[in-house]
Amino acid sequence: MTQTPTAPRSFQEIILRLMTYWASKGCAVMQPYDMEVGAGTFHPATTLRSLGAKPWAAAYVQPSRRPTDGRYGENPNRLQHYYQYQVLIKPSPPDLQALYLGSLAAIGIDMEMHDIRFVEDDWESPTLGAWGLGWEVWCDGMEVSQFTYFQQVGGHDCHPVSGELTYGLERLAMYILGVDHVMDMPFNDPDAPIALTYGDVFRQTEQEYSRWNFDQADTDTLLQHFKDAEAECLRSLNAPVKDSAGRAIIMAHPAYDQCIKASHLFNLLDARGVISVTERQAYIGRVRALAKACADAFVRTEAAGGTPEAPMAELETL
Amino acid sequence: MPDLLLELFSEEIPARMQARACADLKKLVTDGLVEAGLTYASAGAFSTPRRLVLTVEGLLAESKPVREERKGPKADAPDAALQGFLRSTGLTKDQLELRDDKKGQVYFAVIEKPGRAAAEIVAEVVEATIRNFPWPKSMRWGAGALRWVRPLQSILCLLNDEAGAEVVPVTVDHLTAGNTTEGHRFMAPSRFAVSSFEDYRVKLRRAHVVLDAAEREAAIWQDAQNQAFAQGLEIVPDAGLLAEVAGLVEWPVVLMGKIGEAFLGLPPEVLQTSMKEHQKFFSVRNPKTGRIEGFVTVANRETKDHGATILAGNNKVLSARLSDAKFFWENDLRMVKTAGLEGMGAGLANVTFHNKLGSQADRVKRIEALAREIAPMVGAKPDLAAEAARICKADLQSAMVGEFPELQGLMGRYYAQAAGHDDGVPEACEMHYKPLGPTDDVPTDPVSVAVALADKIDTLTGFWAIDEKPTGSKDPYALRRAALGVIRLVLGNGVRIHVLNPTAFGVGCHAATRQGFDIRDQARQVAQFAASIGEPVFAQKLLKEAFKASENELSPEVGALTASIYDLLAFFHDRLKVFLKDEGIRHDIIDACIAMPGNDDLTLLVNRARALNAFIQSEDGTNLLQGFKRANNILTQAETKDGVEYSYGADIKFAETDAERSLFAALDAAESSIAPAMATEDFAGAMAELAKLRAPIDAFFETVQVNADSEVIRRNRLNLLHRIRAACAPVADLTKIEG
Repeated sequence: MTQTPTAPRSFQEIILRLMTYWASKGCAVMQPYDMEVGAGTFHPATTLRSLGAKPWAAAYVQPSRRPTDGRYGENPNRLQHYYQYQVLIKPSPPDLQALYLGSLAAIGIDMEMHDIRFVEDDWESPTLGAWGLGWEVWCDGMEVSQFTYFQQVGGHDCHPVSGELTYGLERLAMYILGVDHVMDMPFNDPDAPIALTYGDVFRQTEQEYSRWNFDQADTDTLLQHFKDAEAECLRSLNAPVKDSAGRAIIMAHPAYDQCIKASHLFNLLDARGVISVTERQAYIGRVRALAKACADAFVRTEAAGGTPEAPMAELETL
Repeated sequence: MPDLLLELFSEEIPARMQARACADLKKLVTDGLVEAGLTYASAGAFSTPRRLVLTVEGLLAESKPVREERKGPKADAPDAALQGFLRSTGLTKDQLELRDDKKGQVYFAVIEKPGRAAAEIVAEVVEATIRNFPWPKSMRWGAGALRWVRPLQSILCLLNDEAGAEVVPVTVDHLTAGNTTEGHRFMAPSRFAVSSFEDYRVKLRRAHVVLDAAEREAAIWQDAQNQAFAQGLEIVPDAGLLAEVAGLVEWPVVLMGKIGEAFLGLPPEVLQTSMKEHQKFFSVRNPKTGRIEGFVTVANRETKDHGATILAGNNKVLSARLSDAKFFWENDLRMVKTAGLEGMGAGLANVTFHNKLGSQADRVKRIEALAREIAPMVGAKPDLAAEAARICKADLQSAMVGEFPELQGLMGRYYAQAAGHDDGVPEACEMHYKPLGPTDDVPTDPVSVAVALADKIDTLTGFWAIDEKPTGSKDPYALRRAALGVIRLVLGNGVRIHVLNPTAFGVGCHAATRQGFDIRDQARQVAQFAASIGEPVFAQKLLKEAFKASENELSPEVGALTASIYDLLAFFHDRLKVFLKDEGIRHDIIDACIAMPGNDDLTLLVNRARALNAFIQSEDGTNLLQGFKRANNILTQAETKDGVEYSYGADIKFAETDAERSLFAALDAAESSIAPAMATEDFAGAMAELAKLRAPIDAFFETVQVNADSEVIRRNRLNLLHRIRAACAPVADLTKIEG
């Protein structure tokens, strides 16, 4: 921690440095999951791979969508679409805190000048049936990351335990780059022939999605899609383990895709304001039931070190 | 006499858990040592964000040897008995001794347990302590199964005496104790070895770690005050925040900054809450203006630029937070100035209070009706109480309370003022939640008292109606606190109300909500009855009226509602017992007062209980109680045996002894003075009069045989005993008192 890091000049440089850093620490650098999710945790490289006994190490950027956070691109800090940087290592290495601090140094935070703190923050995801203990990491009083030791995912105890790091990239980058409004942040190098700001890339989409999320998305269609995703998830999990050619294949991932879909559709319905307080809990419970069923399925697969032929309880179809 | 040093070094321990963990560590280890025969002179525990530390001084070098003798079977007992004895002692036959006993020879086992070295005992106790540590929440990490609050990284465990220090061989899963630790995470991260607690403390400080949380607190407080004072400012004290902040740093560095000019117009509570909750900043106040103008943050390190970068970063985060707060404040103000608090609260109709109790808007309607009825009982104007009740929940819909729920009520006061309310109404918006606990302030302004009572009675009657009462340790809706709130509001203001009235009214309001009746109509009728009837039986009558039931038909629902009213009164009485227990008033003394009429007037009830308690604790009172009980027992037995009531006709002309005659005289005097005292609720006075009966009653029982041979005299004496019972009866039901 004695090296004097050079300051990055753009949003993308920070992402690239995190990629390089975690690759150098042995993580598989993965790509974003190709579906709409609310947070990097939903990527199967985290949710599913944190289950089972097999070791795992992955790092990736995950575009994340939170429809209710849309502000038409006007709020300096809030976006309905933003990026999370996610690291998951299983089992959590004994020096994970030091590794994490190394990543901050890599993106230009000088530990000799800043005040880094680990402040209690327990993590819980009611939709994933997951929880863990850890901290929010503060840099000069600002939360720059979440640091969590997974204890349970999809209702399963985590053995071994995964260490999860989540960086809120826009906020972190704004701090490092000294920018007050997210839309003013340089996306690529500010001296590039075609210099682009975050606003050049995302202002219009923030406006379009804010309008669609809040006013336009057809709620009947969304509701139907929710039901369809739920049904398809359970149908896939209830299919016989052996296919027509006699191969034992549990379809944990395709089923989990439907769970992710249901979760995002619920978020959209929430943004449209058609879900009452009491209904909210019921919807969250339905998504959690899917996540648990997917977790149950995944732990029987080879990727989790399980045995696909092991018998499994029939799921109740809705 | 060795000393023990134990350090459990981990990743960051939540600040709020550290003090408790210190106490637990000390207790578990020292209890374990003592139980194993290892006594000590003194012990101390310390914590930082990354370590729990225990020092035990003057430990025995080894536990004392123990010699135990056990008597076994007789020499000629069956072999099975002998074998059993050998198994239980773990000895062989030739290790037993045969001794002569009264009935012949008997086997004896002598078991010698040698003393054990301190290190051996410490190793066991420390391992057990780590494995069974009572963290409020603990976790696993890596591939291990060990649980700790966050990953446990190393154990330092030393026993040291004049001869030197030795590492205690503690092993817990993958961790083995050593004699090294680390300093400050950033300022002195390398490992170093220590040889004693003193050495440890000194080296830690050199490595930028202040071990003692109290010392860190004192340093933070002192430095913060000095910096503020130098600017002519002062720190707003906050002991909880100070303790928390001291638990977040190993090397505290106090930095003071200014709040931007643009934010100084925000209410001081908003500034304080935002800074404390989100940033863990202290507020810095200008003593001349009372305004919050600055903040103090506590960093965990020194830097070359003396904290300038850290302070600038913190300032930036604060500005972003306060920009949000300012946006909310201005929007909320605009809203209440154009649409009033009624407009702000319009959305309450869409907020569910509880799925069986309707929306928040329904709740507000009931509270309004209740407040209007309660107002005259507490000296408030009904219109003002109703106005305050109508807007008291509106701020729940404000953006500010959405962001800072803990500002509910307070924002209501600000917004009510901004909307032009006056005459105690804004204050009631803030105070109607109070008192929130046994030590919270009780509102005293009549409008606030009326709405505060209405709020709590609505909550209680509502959850009673849907049978969601507290059970055991479960009280999710804080109903015990609500009942205590009612009690404290009534007693704290010396208010004289029959709580059955508003309780019945609240029950009526909930029934109206459920049945879709108009609350106002319903409430009006109920109120008329509540106001006109002071008898406990009124509840049934008023409910019958409210439901337009005919006199002859009492619908099952009315019966159930009536039962719930009395059940709630019993709940108030239960909470009152808990409340008075702190004053040292026993539950049976309260029972003796609850058994009297008018027991829903809590002020009267408590006055009576306090007087009775003082009386029973006096010598006269204790003896009078014995005399009363003796009289009552004899009388009750005689009445049971004879099948008649001895209640009238004691005549002095049948008195045979002086003791009888003086008891007649004393009773005449007491009866004539107790009645006027009771009429003015002068319980102490009435009891003082009762006390005068003590000597004559004692003398009577000493010299007079109640069950005389003459039936006339016996009956006369029993009737005299009845007069004792009757004299005591208006004061309290003394039969309920134990002992």
